[in-house]
Amino acid sequence: MKSSGFWGSLFSRHDTLSFVVLALILLVVLPLSLDIFRLSLMGKYMTYAFVALGLALCWGYGGVLSLGQGVFFGLGGYMLAMFLKLESSDPESTAIQTTPGIPDFMDWNQITELPWFWEPFYSFPFTLAAVLVVPTAFAYLIGVAMFKRRVSGVYFAIITQAIAAILTILIIGQQGYTGGVNGITDLRTLLGWNIRSDFARYVFYFVCVGLLLLCIVISQFVSRSKLGRILVAMRGAEDRVRFSGYDVANFKTFVFCLGAAFSAIGGAMFTLQVGFMSPSFIGIVPSIEMVIFCAVGGRLSIYGSVYGALLVSWARTAFSESFPELWLFAMGALFIAVVLAFPDGLAGLYNQYGRRHVERQLDKWLLTLKSSTRTASVKGVAHERQ
Amino acid sequence: MVTDTRTKRSGQPRRLLKRLMGVTAALAFSATVSAQDVNTTDLAVTDDTVTVGILHSITGTMAISETGSVQAEKLAIEQINAMGGVLGRKIEYIQEDGASDWPTFAEKSRKLLTQDKVAAVFGCWTSASRKAVLPVFEQYNGMLYYPTFYEGLEQSPNVIYTGQEATQQILAGIDWVVDAKDAETFYLLGSDYIWPRTSNKIARKHIDKLGLKVVGEEYYPLGHTQFNSVINKIKLRKPDVIFASVVGGSNVAFYKQLKAAGIDMTKEKPLVLTISVTEDEILGIGGENVEGAYASMKYFQSLPNENNQAFVKAFKERWGDDIVIGDVTQAAYLGPWLWKAAVEKAGSFDVDKVREASPGIELTTAPEGYVKIHKNHHLWSRTRIGEAQPDGQYKVVFETEELIEPDPFPEGYQ
Repeated sequence: MKSSGFWGSLFSRHDTLSFVVLALILLVVLPLSLDIFRLSLMGKYMTYAFVALGLALCWGYGGVLSLGQGVFFGLGGYMLAMFLKLESSDPESTAIQTTPGIPDFMDWNQITELPWFWEPFYSFPFTLAAVLVVPTAFAYLIGVAMFKRRVSGVYFAIITQAIAAILTILIIGQQGYTGGVNGITDLRTLLGWNIRSDFARYVFYFVCVGLLLLCIVISQFVSRSKLGRILVAMRGAEDRVRFSGYDVANFKTFVFCLGAAFSAIGGAMFTLQVGFMSPSFIGIVPSIEMVIFCAVGGRLSIYGSVYGALLVSWARTAFSESFPELWLFAMGALFIAVVLAFPDGLAGLYNQYGRRHVERQLDKWLLTLKSSTRTASVKGVAHERQ
Repeated sequence: MVTDTRTKRSGQPRRLLKRLMGVTAALAFSATVSAQDVNTTDLAVTDDTVTVGILHSITGTMAISETGSVQAEKLAIEQINAMGGVLGRKIEYIQEDGASDWPTFAEKSRKLLTQDKVAAVFGCWTSASRKAVLPVFEQYNGMLYYPTFYEGLEQSPNVIYTGQEATQQILAGIDWVVDAKDAETFYLLGSDYIWPRTSNKIARKHIDKLGLKVVGEEYYPLGHTQFNSVINKIKLRKPDVIFASVVGGSNVAFYKQLKAAGIDMTKEKPLVLTISVTEDEILGIGGENVEGAYASMKYFQSLPNENNQAFVKAFKERWGDDIVIGDVTQAAYLGPWLWKAAVEKAGSFDVDKVREASPGIELTTAPEGYVKIHKNHHLWSRTRIGEAQPDGQYKVVFETEELIEPDPFPEGYQ
């Protein structure tokens, strides 16, 4: 029954099945069944799955509800957008401006030279590092400031929400440096490579799938390790964990930073696939939407949260294309129904009804597989002896 | 997908008759020109229909502003269909919701262009949504008819701007308050984003050129509702004109607080000159709170010309008696008509040919009067000054004699 080795330490048998099924859907089924427009949309939804995954760890496992994950998603996206914007703002293509060579929105805001904090974003390696480091460091600061002071629960949620609001106002207010409410738009190339071609969209989709699967492996590692058990323990009885000698704040900070890093990767992939970044992803509403993705999928489940993000986003597009004037009501009804009927989301529903059946099938299937390999190997051995 | 181009309404035999006549005309025409001849670029054109897109926010914070544009575009399409359509083809539309969210606009515009292959899109309202869809339209070579008055500094081959760019709206307004009201000092006030900032920059340059004075300039975040401190400053500095480009819901707070602070706009000074309050906004602010303010725009519902009277009547018949029509709504109404004229001039739905045919297109039937497409893709238009009345309408008190040339990259104003 028990598999062993590194894989086995990360994945239970059922996790392996879930992982393989998800990978098959994302790598084989969807690319074969969708045209590039729909596939690219799926790639966009997947960027939300990064956030939902981070939330499943923070909120589902650690009990740390953050209503400001959009902050990290946005920061990651902005870091990459700054690089791409500089690349597409070379003096030739911006010759029409008063000051050629700076991003167009700076020119509109009467800024005549590139601000100092934009300078490093000419470097691609720096940008890649910044995509991960800046949001994570920011999360670390918040984490240390909050958790060390034992701010938790609903107070922490409110503070993260306030941070989301503050950052939105900051970005919109400093439009000369950030693009304001329009965001950073019209991104064309990445290292000279056209990011808007169909081929690029395929590439980004598969890169996105790869990164998502990597993040899932990391999440599996966290959830199956001792760390994950401490997180769950903290969620259940924080004081007991503290009295057992663990520094609760450090664990919370860690999981919060991890969630932030995942969100940042999602944000950067979003920028690449959509071709721009705007403050509409940082604010309170998108941050809460991301929590809803996670809740619908099942916050206690790594895979559930991913499916939640994909399904809800897909439903959003489908409803709004079919009923442009009523789709919000349909979405609202969906959320209410899910939360009322299955508090643990789709994953909870599956665990309650589907899982037993799947496990049984899996048992049967593994048994036949084993017996057939055994007969095969016995035959092989017998053959050698002759 | 909503492809139904009209809602069935009973009790209008005359319109029905017109429609029937249109359909027969369409059939007769389509027999002569086959779809391949008028569409070489694989657009959604059949022998008797052509599909266009409507892309506005009908949910979210912008829905209240954009609904008028949607209604105007649908009305124009229905009227064109009743007259026989475009090149003998009935216009069908696919409506998508931008949901007040810029990335959604980008997604939906990509869908309309690559999946639905629409021949043209009528849509967008905020500058942010236009900036979001612009790369998509340029990549897939689509055609966007954009209705809002905006900041300029843009001239895309894939967009026809049916609203005014900033200099058209502002210069005439300031000249008027200087000439007619002897204004000498100005206080510039706006919401904090690119349109008010660019507008005020243009206003300030123009005021400087006239040798007059700006005594204050301030910006507030979108949705801001506390204007007391700026109103105190205004009282202190006593400007002749408050030049306001506050947008959206903030207007309600601004005008109410202005009135509460004892600034009576029906008196001579300070007077308010706004470039952002149309009849639509007054619905929210309340006519009694904004009475006496002056607005500088190209269209008011109360314009007395015949075109406009017919337009207002048709609009009310279609969408209800208590509806009001603002500047942007009228500009949105022009979109389908301008497109139709360009398609017919080009004899083709191909975007490149429509673009080539567009400069010089005239519309003598526009509610605002005569308009003409400039080669920079903006419209020549007149600017009017309206004085807000307690009933929520504007009384037109001034109109420029000449059509004003659109100049999206005004020299000396950047």
